[in-house]
Amino acid sequence: MTTTTKPAAPVATVPAARRLGAGALALRQGRLEITQFLRSRESVVFTMGFPIIMILIFASIFHGEIGGGVKFTQYFITGMIATGLMTVSFQNLGIWIPIERDRGVLKRYRGTPMPKWVWFAGKVIMVVAIGVAETALLLLVAVLLFDLKLPDTAAKWFTFGWVAVLGVTACTLCGIAISSLARTARSGSAVVTPVALILQFISGVFFVFTSLPAWMQQVAALFPLKWMCQGLRSVFLPGSFGGQEPGGSFELGRVALVLGLWCVIGLVLCLTTFRWTTRRDG
Amino acid sequence: MDDELAISVRGLRKAYGDNLAVAGVDLDVHRGEVFALLGPNGAGKTTTVEILEGYRQRDAGEVRVLGVDPARPDPAWRSRVGIVLQGTGEFDELTVAEVVRHFSGFYPEADDPDKVIERVGLGAKAKARTHTLSGGQKRRLDVALGIIGRPELLFLDEPTTGFDPEARREFWELIRDLAAAGTTIVLTTHYLDEAEALADRVGVIAAGRVVEVAPPNRLGNRQEALATVSWRTTDGTRESAETATPTALVAELGARFGGEVPGLTVTRPTLEDVYLRMIGH
Repeated sequence: MTTTTKPAAPVATVPAARRLGAGALALRQGRLEITQFLRSRESVVFTMGFPIIMILIFASIFHGEIGGGVKFTQYFITGMIATGLMTVSFQNLGIWIPIERDRGVLKRYRGTPMPKWVWFAGKVIMVVAIGVAETALLLLVAVLLFDLKLPDTAAKWFTFGWVAVLGVTACTLCGIAISSLARTARSGSAVVTPVALILQFISGVFFVFTSLPAWMQQVAALFPLKWMCQGLRSVFLPGSFGGQEPGGSFELGRVALVLGLWCVIGLVLCLTTFRWTTRRDG
Repeated sequence: MDDELAISVRGLRKAYGDNLAVAGVDLDVHRGEVFALLGPNGAGKTTTVEILEGYRQRDAGEVRVLGVDPARPDPAWRSRVGIVLQGTGEFDELTVAEVVRHFSGFYPEADDPDKVIERVGLGAKAKARTHTLSGGQKRRLDVALGIIGRPELLFLDEPTTGFDPEARREFWELIRDLAAAGTTIVLTTHYLDEAEALADRVGVIAAGRVVEVAPPNRLGNRQEALATVSWRTTDGTRESAETATPTALVAELGARFGGEVPGLTVTRPTLEDVYLRMIGH
């Protein structure tokens, strides 16, 4: 026997008890992801800064009203919040995961006893934390500089909450899923950026949605961003504006349905296509 | 006594399309042993090792690593195996200490992060962001992450590629240290001197098969091979002879020249000679 030369390590038959519980592991992973995000200047500038820069530009260009005493800012903030949430989840993950996969960071994690879900949990925690911080910053800028009116009822805040959660969930899952399309580190942003940009244009982020051609509205209605914007309009615009939506109301039920459906689609794509290693790496 | 085997492989096969990368590998690695897998690029080294590490699925064969089939790796098994891959990703934005500390949280029996950082020689760099490290220092960080869980078995895939000679010596010391503490070590390498310096046994792999397994000094019957005695004759041409009794021949030459033999060398086939013959050069 070679017991004398064995290092102190658990025996095969005894399942290794992790020192840290599942929750602690996930929180540590989330903290690590947030640290990495915040220390990467490009991420902070482009992911967090973009929507704020956009609202500054838009609010400075359009001083007018969209009618009924409601300022343009009140309309654009909904698009900017939705865009910001999509940027931090869909674009952020769709660009960074291929880089991490290409560099072998994911492969390294796979070689440790870390349960797979912990890595995903870390990404989700990062997306949620950055998303909340960014939205708060966006609202703060809009309130201070452009007299944005915040939602005035608990019901509106509740709607704000669930639209944001469902939207971020759908976009996070789709971001993880689309990351598998990129073959190399550099192609991640080439895959994701056009998709995000087109969705922003056709979903009513930069223009009033109902002024877009009908066919464009119908294409946009297939994807989550349009519904995130619509849900947020119900929060930031007076209830009377619902009548001007394409469906004749803010259709919150349909918002929940479509976003929920995209969560399911995203999850299925993640579970079936996610890769821990690059293609050439087996 | 299956328990004494850290790794046992029988009839391992793996093909990528039409390309048979591993064509029937048999291999045993004992506990506490340093085993080197030596072979040219494309011989199937990395594929074999990555199957043992639980990264790749095999097409056929029996494989046991620490008594477990690595095709179904679970966290308990992962915590007993340390892996140092070729060119794995760094965490550019984090410091050495942050990364090592983070990974220590994954293992039930993790070592003290500061101690491990010191041990791999990165003590002075603990607070440095990993993207500021040199190639050799990054490799040390890889090793730190490979051993932070105090593995019973450590895989090292071409660990010293790109090292300067001094860094390699230091690295070898680290490996010897780990081996002395009882860690089973499997390393792949291109460098014959590395295999010779570190390994208890060397497995030569060529075209997807293990050609021979032996202690480095016995590889290809090196010890029994004829010695080559070479010298310069009085008119300056070089002459050489293969002999089983080189000492006798040298004595005879000494007598013939009446003292020093000009340009005298006595050599046996180096590991490199034996190795090149084995892989078919």
